[in-house]
Amino acid sequence: MKRKLLIDIAKSLLFARWKQTLVAAIGVTFSITMFITLLSFMSGLNDLLDGLILNRTPHVRLFNDIKPNQNQPVKLATEYGNAHHFIESIKSDANRQAIYNSGAIMESLKKDKRVLGFSPKLTAQIFFNDGSIDITGAMNGIDPVEEARLFHFNEYVTAGNAADLTKISNSVILGKGLAGKLLVNIGDVVQVTTSKGERFQLKVVGLFQSGIRDFDDVQSYASVSTVQKILSQPSNYISAIQVKLKDISLAPSLAKEYEQLYQIDAEDVQTANSQFETGSSIRTLISYAVGITLLIVAGFGIYNILNMMIFEKMDSIAILKATGFSGNDVKNIFIYIAISIGIFGGLMGLLFGFGLSATIDQIPFNTASLPTIKTYPINYNPRFYLIGIVFSFITTYLAGWFPARKASKIDPVIIIRGK
Amino acid sequence: MNTPILEAKNINKYFHDPIRVQVLNNINFSINKGEFVSLTGKSGCGKSTLLYLLSTMDTDYEGQIFIDQEEMPKKDEGFLAKIRNEKIGFVFQFHYLLNEFNVLKNVMLPGLKLNKYSNEEVEHRAMEKLKILGIEHLALKKANHVSGGEKQRVAIARALINDPHIIMGDEPTGNLDKKNSDMVFDIFNRLSAEFNQTLLIVTHDPSFAERTHRIIHMEDGVIK
Repeated sequence: MKRKLLIDIAKSLLFARWKQTLVAAIGVTFSITMFITLLSFMSGLNDLLDGLILNRTPHVRLFNDIKPNQNQPVKLATEYGNAHHFIESIKSDANRQAIYNSGAIMESLKKDKRVLGFSPKLTAQIFFNDGSIDITGAMNGIDPVEEARLFHFNEYVTAGNAADLTKISNSVILGKGLAGKLLVNIGDVVQVTTSKGERFQLKVVGLFQSGIRDFDDVQSYASVSTVQKILSQPSNYISAIQVKLKDISLAPSLAKEYEQLYQIDAEDVQTANSQFETGSSIRTLISYAVGITLLIVAGFGIYNILNMMIFEKMDSIAILKATGFSGNDVKNIFIYIAISIGIFGGLMGLLFGFGLSATIDQIPFNTASLPTIKTYPINYNPRFYLIGIVFSFITTYLAGWFPARKASKIDPVIIIRGK
Repeated sequence: MNTPILEAKNINKYFHDPIRVQVLNNINFSINKGEFVSLTGKSGCGKSTLLYLLSTMDTDYEGQIFIDQEEMPKKDEGFLAKIRNEKIGFVFQFHYLLNEFNVLKNVMLPGLKLNKYSNEEVEHRAMEKLKILGIEHLALKKANHVSGGEKQRVAIARALINDPHIIMGDEPTGNLDKKNSDMVFDIFNRLSAEFNQTLLIVTHDPSFAERTHRIIHMEDGVIK
C-alpha cells in the first residue's frame, strides 16, 4: 500500500515531465542498443575468425615428428651414465612418417570417453601433370564422413560432394586455385605423379575453398585408401590421427597423456594456435569496455535530468515532507523514477539491439576467402542481453541514488519560509 | 476539556549563521484541546521560527515540545514524519499544492500516506472535507486550474484529512484579499466551533487575531 502510493507519486512526476523522461530513456535505449549490437557483431566476428582456424584444427593431433632420436648410442654406455654428453652433427632420424600400430591406437581412442571423434589422415607429396607442366601439390587422404562431422570439411567443398570421395574410386577434390591452374572441373580427370615416379589418373568429384589462398593453390583431398594406393602402402599406413575432444580445454593434458601412452608425438590446439585465443579475448574486452562506457554516459544523462527535476520539484518535495512523508519516502520516489527510466529504456534497448543485430545479419558480406559466409556474422548470445539489462538497471539505480539522496535531505522549512 | 494538546517548555533557539543569535528565549506555553489561538508579532520576532519548531520540521532547539502529551524526539526523522502526518495539519501562506495531481488527490495524499483507511475510504473522507469547505465541485480539477482562494481552501482540506490534533497555519491569509481572508477565518472559526478543532495560526493581521479565542503575542523572541 505504502509502496504503491510512492510508485503512484513517482509515476505522476514522471509523466508530468514526459519529454524529459523520454530523453533520459532514449539515452539508455541508445546505449543498450549499441551495447547489444556491438557485442553481438564483435562476438559473431570472433566466432567466425576462430572458426576459420579452430573448427578445422584437431584438438589433438597425433603424428610422428621428424626429429633427432632422444636415445643416442652413447647413452647406452653405462660407464658414462652420469656424465654430460657432447654430441655433434646429429641428424634427424630417418624415421618413417607412418604411425606405428595405428589400428590399435584408433581402437583405444574409440573407447576413450573424452574423445568426441577422430579421423585418420595421410599426406603425400605429388605432382599434378598438365601437359608438359608439373604442379607441385599435396594430397591429403581423409575419411570424408568423419572429416565433415568433426572438422566441417563439407562447408568448404563449394562444388561437388565430399561423400563422393568414398563412393567413387580414384577420385579427388581439388583446391579451387589448383583446379584453376589445371583448367579442370568436376567430372574431368587429372593425372598425378608420386615422388617415386608412379602415375595415376584421378577423377575430380569436387572443388574446395578454404579461405586461405596459399592452401587452395596446392592442396587436394582424396580418401585414405586412394592415397595409400598412390603411395603403394598397406591399409594401416596413416601419418596422422586428428582427435576432436568433447572439451577443448582438456587438449593440453590429453596431448601429454597420449604422448606417453602411444609413444607418439601429440600437439594440442592451444599450442598450435595460441595467437587466436589472444586476439579473441582482446577484441571481446574492447567491445565490453566501449559498451559499458556508453552505459555510464547514459547514467550521467539520467543523473542530470533527475537533478533538474529535483530542483524544479523543490516545493513538492517540501510539502510532501511537511505532510508526513519521510526523507526515505522521498528518496524512494526518486529512485523509482530512475529505475523505471532504466528498465523502460533498457527493455527498449534490448528490442532495438536485437533489431539492429538482425538487420546487420542481413547485410551481404561476400568475400572470396570466406566461401560459407554470405552476410555479416552476428552472435545472438542471450548473455549479452542479460548483461545489458542488468547493467542498465545498476547504472540507472546509481544515477538515481545520488539525486534521490539529495532530495531526501531537502529541509522543508527553508523552502517554505523562502516564499 | 483542559487536556493540553501542544506544550512548549523552556524553548531556546539560536541561529548560527553568520553569527550566533538567539531568536527564541525561554518560551513556555500550552494549548488545550479545542482552542483557537493566534500567534502574533512583528516580522522577525521569531513567531514563524517557533511554529516550525512546534511542527517538528525544525529540530535544532533547546527545550522540550509535547504533542498530545508525548515528548518529541529531536533525532528520529521517520518518527517525526509520522507525527506530522498523523497529528498535525498544515496551512501555509503559499498553498503548496502538487500540480501533477487533481484537487482530490492532493487532499488524499497525506491520508494515503497514513495508510489507516482503504483507498476508497480515504477518497470518501477527502470528499467530505471538500464538502465542509464548499469546494467539492472542484474535486477533479487540476490543482493549478483553481483560483487562489480556492487553492487555500484545498490546502485546508488537505490539512484536515487525517483528523489532526492540531492545525498549524503560517500566515494562511497573508496572500489573500479581504474577502478570501474572511472566508478562511470563517472556516477556521467553524472548525473550532463545530468540530472542536484545535488551531494555532501565525498571523500579523490584527483583525484576524482579534477574533480568535486567545492571542499569544511575541516580541524579540519572548512571549509578552
